[in-house]
Amino acid sequence: MKLETETVVGKKTTTGVSNAMMVKKVLGFLIKYGSLLLGTAVAIVPVLVVIIGSFKTKQEFLTTGVLSLPKSFTFDNYITAFVDGQMLTGFKNTILIFVASIIGKLLLGTMMAYVLDRFDFKMKKVILGLFLLATLIPGITTQVATFQIINGMGLFNTIWSVIVLNLGTDVIAVYIFLQYLKNIPVSLDEAAILEGASYFTIYRKIILPLLKAPMITILIISGVGIYNDFYNPFLYMPSPDLKVISTALFAFKGPYGTDWPVILAGVIIVILPILIVFLTLQKHIYNGVSGSVK
Amino acid sequence: MNKFKLGYNGQRKLIIVLFSALPLFLLLLFSYYPLFRMVQYSFTNWNGISPTRDNVGFDNYIKIFTTPEYFAVFKVSLYYFFATFVQLGIALYFATVLTFKVKFANFWKGILFFPYLLNGVAIGFIFLYFYKGGGTLDTVLTFLGMEDQIRLWLGDRSFNNISMAFTSIWRYMGFNFIIFLGAIQSIDSEIYEAAEIDGANRWQQFLYIIMPSIKPIIFLNIILGISGSLSVFDIPYIMTGGSNGTKTFVIQTIDTAFKFSKVGLASAMALVLLIIVIVVTLLQQFLTREKGAK
Repeated sequence: MKLETETVVGKKTTTGVSNAMMVKKVLGFLIKYGSLLLGTAVAIVPVLVVIIGSFKTKQEFLTTGVLSLPKSFTFDNYITAFVDGQMLTGFKNTILIFVASIIGKLLLGTMMAYVLDRFDFKMKKVILGLFLLATLIPGITTQVATFQIINGMGLFNTIWSVIVLNLGTDVIAVYIFLQYLKNIPVSLDEAAILEGASYFTIYRKIILPLLKAPMITILIISGVGIYNDFYNPFLYMPSPDLKVISTALFAFKGPYGTDWPVILAGVIIVILPILIVFLTLQKHIYNGVSGSVK
Repeated sequence: MNKFKLGYNGQRKLIIVLFSALPLFLLLLFSYYPLFRMVQYSFTNWNGISPTRDNVGFDNYIKIFTTPEYFAVFKVSLYYFFATFVQLGIALYFATVLTFKVKFANFWKGILFFPYLLNGVAIGFIFLYFYKGGGTLDTVLTFLGMEDQIRLWLGDRSFNNISMAFTSIWRYMGFNFIIFLGAIQSIDSEIYEAAEIDGANRWQQFLYIIMPSIKPIIFLNIILGISGSLSVFDIPYIMTGGSNGTKTFVIQTIDTAFKFSKVGLASAMALVLLIIVIVVTLLQQFLTREKGAK
């Protein structure tokens, strides 16, 4: 829509002199910044009203509009949400899953990529093909059978179910590491071999330190994914003391059905850590997102 | 000491086996084995618990395609399918605007991207609050003097899927935006300068420089969007639980398996979806390869 208006403006220039140029410039300016402001408003307003609502008392919430600012800021909703909503359990379990999954992903991903990039062996092409094909299978479609496997392994309702699933389904990490490894010269390995280093030493002392950049990418991208994961914990860890941050928030749907201020406070508690991470690591996040597609 | 040291050949074999065993095992266990089991289940009437199951041949597949209740949910996917194109259009527009000189470029970029990082459950609540009676949307419409447009955004069957699709655009637009921005920025800036000297306006630059160079990326995003729109799950599941005609195929599948204990039928449904997604993806691979060859 907006692009079309810009064409119309563009065509007019041929007829006018400097006056038309001015009009065109002003119009272009208005369209450009107008659309950016509109986009910003659409992105921010839904979240802004949640922040506003989260500071209101229940009484005030019921009697004032969503856009009117609270008269005095109350943190009661936050305390209720955090304590009664078992947010602490949620954060604890989320952090446990996060740490175990990330360490595992980085180790397994670099190991697999090291072997696939540096050695030639019979099964290499097959393994590469298996990893590539797996990217085609959307995880959610195989849940029906995955559930039976997790259950059969006795991992249902343990924190390990989600950790193991995070490790087993991360194919993109291997690909990102492979791309980076291609650019690390093999002559480095060869020099180390001349000095008597074992292949394991090469992996640990040369490859791992040089893979720091893609590790940060994966840390951020998978980290956000793990923090926001709802479905796996919801399906595999239903026990109340195994709540993660997403499922703890989801549980607000029942008991707090109408107590909006508390729900809104819960929402803010959940998105605050991500917001802080985003503000401090913006550049890495952008690079990571575009890197994960290539 | 020396005699205990493995030669490089032995070492090589050892490290290949050691480093690839676990990643490969997890890949097979959680990506391929579920697939294999699902094919088996899909020809049975298994309920997920009972030790016995009967072979029912193609009954489950016939049921999916002949019972409107099961197949009609694909209609809901159409809303998300169309939303994909709106989403890509908006993303492309903002990516283009931000490629050229804009004040506060990083600010706009951050704001437009950040919804993508938010927790799905939090987004569910944010938009329940946004759409509820007297909520954010109603307030904004009243403020704009458009009270007559107010309706039951999530209850009205003729509109609730549009509300859901909008939420999906709000959540995922930032992802496409960052991908497009990265692709456009990798175009050599000298090309624009040359075009500008030749008198090309912004629209012409967009049409003749930007579009052709990012065509593959746009195509990839369309395919990701199509398979995404077929496997929509969390937004409708969290917001309405699939009630009032907002059930998607994945919600239907998950409910069939875990609520109604029809694992056999659910497996067949998941496989139907999987096949559609794989066909779409392969089509993309095929088409981009064709183009690349020319």
